[in-house]
Formats: sequence, structure tokens, C-alpha cells
Amino acid sequence: MASLELSIDEDVAVSPVKRTRGLGPLFWAAIAWMIFIFAAAALAGLLPLPSPTDMDMLERRAPASVLHWLGTDGLGRDELARLIYGARISLTVGLCAPVIGITIGGALGMLAGYFRGRFESLVVGSMDVLLAFPPLILALAVTAYLGQSLLNLTCILGVLGIPAFMRVARAATLTLARREFVVAAQALGATHARILLRELLPNVFLPLFAFFLLGVAVTIVVEGALSFLGLGVPPPISSWGSMIGEGRESLEVAPRLAFLPAITMFLTVLSFNLVGDTLRALTDPRQGAL
Amino acid sequence: MLGFVARRLLYLVPVLVAVSLLTFLIASLLPGDLAYVILGDQKVEALRHDMGLDQPIWWRYASWLGHVLQGDFGRSFRTGQTVLQAVAERLPVSLELMILAEIIGLAVGVPIAIACAVRSGGAFDRLMTGSAFGMLSVPTFLSAILLIYLFAVELRWLPATGYVPFAEDPVGNLRFFVLPALTLAFAEWPGIMRVLRSDMIATLQEDYIALAKAKGLKASRILFVHALKPSSLTLVTITGINIGRLIGGALIVETIFALPGIGRLLVGAIYTRDLIILQGVVLLVAAGFVVMNFIVDLLYAVLDPRIRHGLA
Amino acid sequence: MTEPALLSVEGVSVDLPTPRGNLRAVDHVDLTIGAGRTLGVVGESGCGKTMLSRAILQLLPKKAKLSGRVMFDGQDLVRLEPERLRKLRGRSLAVVFQDPMTSLNPVLTIGTQLIETLQEHLELDGNAARRRGAELLAAVGIPAPEQRLTQYPHQLSGGMRQRVAIAIALSCEPKLLIADEPTTALDVTIQAQILDLLAREQRRRHMAMILITHDLGVVAGRTDEVAVMYAGRVVERAPTPVLFKKMHMPYTEALLAAIPKIDAAPHTPLPAISGRPPDPTRPIQGCSFSPRCRYAAGLCYREKPLLTAAESADHQFACFHPIVTPAGIGA
Repeated sequence: MASLELSIDEDVAVSPVKRTRGLGPLFWAAIAWMIFIFAAAALAGLLPLPSPTDMDMLERRAPASVLHWLGTDGLGRDELARLIYGARISLTVGLCAPVIGITIGGALGMLAGYFRGRFESLVVGSMDVLLAFPPLILALAVTAYLGQSLLNLTCILGVLGIPAFMRVARAATLTLARREFVVAAQALGATHARILLRELLPNVFLPLFAFFLLGVAVTIVVEGALSFLGLGVPPPISSWGSMIGEGRESLEVAPRLAFLPAITMFLTVLSFNLVGDTLRALTDPRQGAL
Repeated sequence: MLGFVARRLLYLVPVLVAVSLLTFLIASLLPGDLAYVILGDQKVEALRHDMGLDQPIWWRYASWLGHVLQGDFGRSFRTGQTVLQAVAERLPVSLELMILAEIIGLAVGVPIAIACAVRSGGAFDRLMTGSAFGMLSVPTFLSAILLIYLFAVELRWLPATGYVPFAEDPVGNLRFFVLPALTLAFAEWPGIMRVLRSDMIATLQEDYIALAKAKGLKASRILFVHALKPSSLTLVTITGINIGRLIGGALIVETIFALPGIGRLLVGAIYTRDLIILQGVVLLVAAGFVVMNFIVDLLYAVLDPRIRHGLA
Repeated sequence: MTEPALLSVEGVSVDLPTPRGNLRAVDHVDLTIGAGRTLGVVGESGCGKTMLSRAILQLLPKKAKLSGRVMFDGQDLVRLEPERLRKLRGRSLAVVFQDPMTSLNPVLTIGTQLIETLQEHLELDGNAARRRGAELLAAVGIPAPEQRLTQYPHQLSGGMRQRVAIAIALSCEPKLLIADEPTTALDVTIQAQILDLLAREQRRRHMAMILITHDLGVVAGRTDEVAVMYAGRVVERAPTPVLFKKMHMPYTEALLAAIPKIDAAPHTPLPAISGRPPDPTRPIQGCSFSPRCRYAAGLCYREKPLLTAAESADHQFACFHPIVTPAGIGA
């Protein structure tokens, strides 16, 4: 900056636009949708819906009616019920897989950022190796090895997320570990475990959580893609992805069969992205978010 | 400069070795003893011995790696092709898809980013930033379905699937690539646009831009020579990383649009248990990704003289 | 002044909206400078001197609001069409910023940055421009000028970079050069060299120059006139020798006293001005300097003093309790 006063003025003058943004109406709309879809999925059994697996061969690809609010699919199954039960699957995988990432990746990242040295190089190097592989191929290979099941899918997607969480945790730890409160704790004779758990973890958690939400969005998409190709959740379990895949066959006749789950997935992914991104902008010490 | 390159290379080697090891392990763990798969029950023992499958795993790895370093990636027992032949056949398709997608992504993303950066905070900027964010939430297969529905089903302008080599029929070839490339580009342009925009906004606030204005230079010169060049660093990184990623075979797109590329080759190999192909191709793809990152690092040094001279 | 002023800043104010309210960076400033003369603008950080220079150059941040007139060579820069303003800049009006590390583009060669101005305003072709560029670099005292043309800013030392910046500014023979703290970012040993270079070039080219600095010592002997700024306003203005001998503003007196003197005894405490410059977003009622002024009394806290003339018309000050006999300086 040319001179101190100019840079101060500039910062002060420019910031009003940036800092007041954030928890706007879009953010709350996203939260609302997330709550809605969660509730629908969780309470699916209690809702007055026809069963998602009952086939009615006489009513295939029927348009919306009183009996079937969103119509029926290619096998006569109620579309609305399938959407909601599909939400269960997509959300389950979408939430559980990143949990693996955040726990293992977060732990590795914190340890790497805290202890530094060769351990850190090892961790970072291994993550780089993992990242060199096309993730979808890895997922496919593993499901081929272990068999296509919900558990296996969740596990592999979880493992694939570990490097990203590791990076976030490590970056956050690197900036925090040199701050005074850590040095002070060390001077007071606190053990590593104590420092990690009491001082660092609460501060690293926030950016990690923001990233977790983004991870949920990504997982829903990846699971959706795999299921779309028939290589994700094993039939007869259906998620949004597999519904879209099936709907693809009826594109000419009944495009809504593909687009209804597509829109639902899009809204859900968008919501998680919005909330995650907003949180990241708020918790990231380096104000660099877009 | 040479020191920089040498240091980067040194890091490259262990990573590539680890990649080859991991690939081999994964492939070996796939169920279905290769010999049984080929022959069924008969003559299994002889074949197993022939193929070295009765040796311990570390021996097999070393043997395989030895062959790889001599350029022999093995031969598919299904098709009889060598791995390199199979890849050579499929690579042009994947490359074409990748390059077209990236070109479209850049052609859309860069101008929008510049326009947004110049009038940051304005209506256009907010609209575009919002759209980019929204687009990032649309999964690739959704864009694919949407495009297919619009252009193949409703308007019937373009074919939904199919492929013909460029050499045979350039126009036809491009027609088959429009939808798949567009699908991928939908996912590329937001990333490119956001990064470049953010970078340019920061660059435009720098003192040297103020001085360039004070020198009375034309706005176009300030934008494209003074502002774009420093910002292009991140653009190059992003493009390089994107291409590296896409090397993995834009699997979904290739499958949906039935393009005979590397992604589909890999998927096929998994399901027919064609382990030789699987091992070889995954290694090539992963190595390609690592090398791509290396090239991006080198480009960094070319574009930013400070890095070249060992500073920044 | 008998000749019409080259630059006449008339009632210029700069307002910046901030989250804490409006920030008045420059408050009704009037300045004039004639062709070939040097004006020094002195003040602490935050007094608005850099904002003033940006206002003159029309390089204020987007959110800033400028009021008043800036008459340069008979044209009001504030209301000038962008294209005509662009042709003026770099050609008749040039600037040197404080930190050459940030004011030179790090990814472009020195040559490119020097020559583009020549090509733009003087329409020289490549070779002629390169030759002229090498000449300019030699004129500012850079050894091996042809080689420097292909080098990058980070390959030069701080002093050299600033010389390059000066060469760029001088390249089209401007009528007015604004040097905004040109030596603040440099080593003390280099500072004098750069200032001497500026003074020499200014005399040679009969160029007007505005030298902005926080250091009164810099303007002594190098300027014809000095304007002292505080909290966005000009509080005293006088021909340089007059200012140093007969200053009227307590602030000016305090600034002078704060300059370390080479003949003072070692470990003499430096009489720093107590307190800090006021927060521009919360303007003080009355004289802005009153909280820190040792002569302040009743009226000072209630009303803002206006610039009034002293013994001669070219010496103005804004104070209710001007110093009549300054505590001998001998600058």
C-alpha cells in the first residue's frame, strides 16, 4: 500500500459491503429446507403415504392425482413416497460418510499440524498419494471388492473425504498452534493431549464443521452419481440418484420422473453448500471467501 | 531454475512409487483369482505358475513394477490388447472431451470473471456470482440429463449418445461431443470464474494498478497486461488441476454419453476383472495426475519471475 | 504570484463512507502551485495528505466522494471527460508513490513499464522507446541501463526501484510531479540521494513538484513553499524559509521540535507531540489540534479557526493563539 493512511481508509471504506452479508434470507431458506427434508425423511414412516415399494402395474407413469400426489413411476410406485424414502438413503449416506472424514481426517490433520516434522510429511504425503487416484474409480473398485452395499458405499466415500478434512484441520492447526494461548498452556506444563483437546480442538472445530457441511453436499452428489449408474446403492434400495437413473429411461414420456428427484437433490445440495459456505466465510480467519 | 525443477522431481518419485504400490494392492485384492477367471477350473495350476500367481505378493509387485519401468504394462487376457494399446485407443477420446470442456469453461469463465472484477459489487457481479454458486451445486449427471432432455429429446438438435473418430468425420465427431463437453463445462466454468474474479479483484486494488492508471495507460492495457498477468497464476493452477482431475476419465459423462474413453475402459476392467488393464490404466491415470501437478508447478515458475528466482 | 497557478486546488473535500460513519479525509483544502515551483505538504500519518494527492490525480477509491475543484493548466480535473484526463496523466501530470516494491508491477519488466508510457503518450516506436528508456534510466543514476530494461523489479534494490519509478514519472516531461512520501520506504542513506535527484530533475526541467512527507526535515531547503496539514485541513502555509523562522501554528512548532538534531547532546529526549491524531470519523468540535496543544484555551475548543493571513499574504495559518515569537529554531 502506498501509505498507511490510504490503506486504512481503503479497508474501512470497502468493508461495509463484505461484512454485513452472510445470514441473509437465502441462508435461512436453506436452513428451512434442510430441516424440512430431514423431518420428512426421519418421519417417513409416520406420514400418510402409500408404500414406496407397492407396484401398481395398471397405473404406471401416471400423472399427479389425488391418490398419488406426484404421480407414479415406471413400475407404478408412488413417486412422492419414493422421493421421501429416497431422501432417507441419500441423507444417510450423505451424513455418515463425512463423519468418517471429519473424525479421521480431522484427527490426522490436527496431529500433523501440531507435531510437524516427519510425521507431518508422512501424513501429507500419504494424502497426496490418495488424492492422485480418480476417486470414482477407487469407489467402484472397492465396491466391486467388498460387494455393493450401503455400508461399503458409506465407508469408501468416507475414506475418500479424509484428505480434504486433513488439509482443513492441518491448516487451522498451523495458524493456531503458534498463538499465545498454546504457548502459555505449554509453559504451564500441559500435556500434548490436553492442549490438543482443550485448546486447539474447540477452535479448529468451527472451520471443520463448515467444511463438513460442504462435504455432505459433495457426498450426496457422488453417491447420486454412482447410484445413477447403478453402481452405488444396491437395488432394490433406491436413493435420489437411482431414481434419476431410472427416470432417464422415461425422459420422452414422463420427464418429471427424472426431474423431481433431480430438483430435490439440487435443492438439498444447494442448501448444504450455502450454509457451509456462509459458515466458512464467518469462521475463516483469512477473509478470503467469495 | 534448475534447482527448482530438481527439487520438484525429487518429491515426485516417492509419490509415484507409492501410487504404483497402492494400485497393485487394490488390484490384487479384487476377488476372483485371475487364473480361475480365465480358464475356469481346468489347467489352473499350470497357468497359475505361468502367470506367477503362486509367488508371494512382494515378488509379484516387484516383477510387475520391473516390467512397467521397461514400458511393458501387460496384456489384457480378455481382448489380447496390451494396456498401452488400449490406452492409446481410448486416450484421444478422453483428451478431446477434456480439452473441449476446458476450452468452453475458460471461454465462459474468464470473460465473466473479468467483467465481474471490473465492476465488483454491481448487479452483474452479484448475478454471476450467484449463478456460479448455484451451478456448482448441480451434479454432472444432472446437467447431463438436462442437456439431453433439452437438446436430444425435445429439440432433437443433437444426438444423445454415440461417437465417431475425428479423422473419419470431423463434423459428426464434434456433434457427438457438444453435449458431453457442455455438461463438463457447466461444472468447470464456475470454479474458473470464481477464482479468477477473486484474484483480479485483489490485483486491481494493488498500487501498481493505481500507478498504471496514473500513467494514463489505456484501460484495456491496464486490464489485460497489468492486471490479468499476475492473476493468471491462479488460473493456470486451476486449469491444470482440472485437467488432471479430468484425466481420471470424466467417468460419468463418458458413461452417459457412451463415449469410448478411458473412464469407461476402467469401469469395464473392474467388472470383467481385467486386472492387468485395471492396474496399468489406474497407474497411468494417477501418474498423469501427479505429473500434471508437477507441470503446473513449473508453469508457476514461468509466469511469476519471483518464484523462478527463488523468492516468493 | 504573478504567473497564473499551474495547479489550483479549490475547496477540495474528500468523504469516505465507513461502517462507523462518514470519514472526512480532506476538509476544504485550498492550494496553489506555480509552474516550476516546489510545494511541500507535511503532516502526520492520517492527516489526509495522501488522500489529497489521490484527489488531485482523480485516483480516489470508488466509494469516495470528492467536492471542490482541481484546476490544472486551466482545466477542472474533477469534471474532465475520462479520455482527456487519461491523456493528461502520465504526460503532463505524473506521480511517484511511496513504496516502489508495490507500485511497480512485479511480473512485468522494468523496460515494459518504462516504455509503455512513452509509447502511449509520445507514440514512439519500439526501438526509439527503448533508447529513450535507457537514457532515462541513466539520467536517474542507474548503472548499466540497457540491462536493467530486461530485469524485474525484485531484482533491483529499493533505491534503484524508486529511481526507476522516478524515471517513469519523468519520461514524458510532465509539468507537475507529485511525489508521495518518495523516500519513506527507503534506507536513510538513500533518502538524501533520491531527494537530491528529484530536486535536480525538477530544476532542470522547470517542472512543478509537490513533495508530500511527514518529515519537516525533508522539505527544508528543497521546497519553495510548505503547507502543513492536520486532520484533513491545511493549518499553516508559508514560503519555506518563513515557515521555519516565523511559524505561527503550535502544531508546526511541535513538528519542528520533534526533528532529531545532530548537534543535540546524546540521549536528549525527543520532544514528541503527546496524544494522537483525531479519529476522522468523529470530528472534534473546535480546533482539531486543541486536545494536544499546549496553548489551547477556551475558544479553541469551541470553534474551528479559519486560515487567515499573517504579516504577508503568502503566509497563512489557522489558529486562535498563534505563536508570535517562536522558540528559536535556526533550521
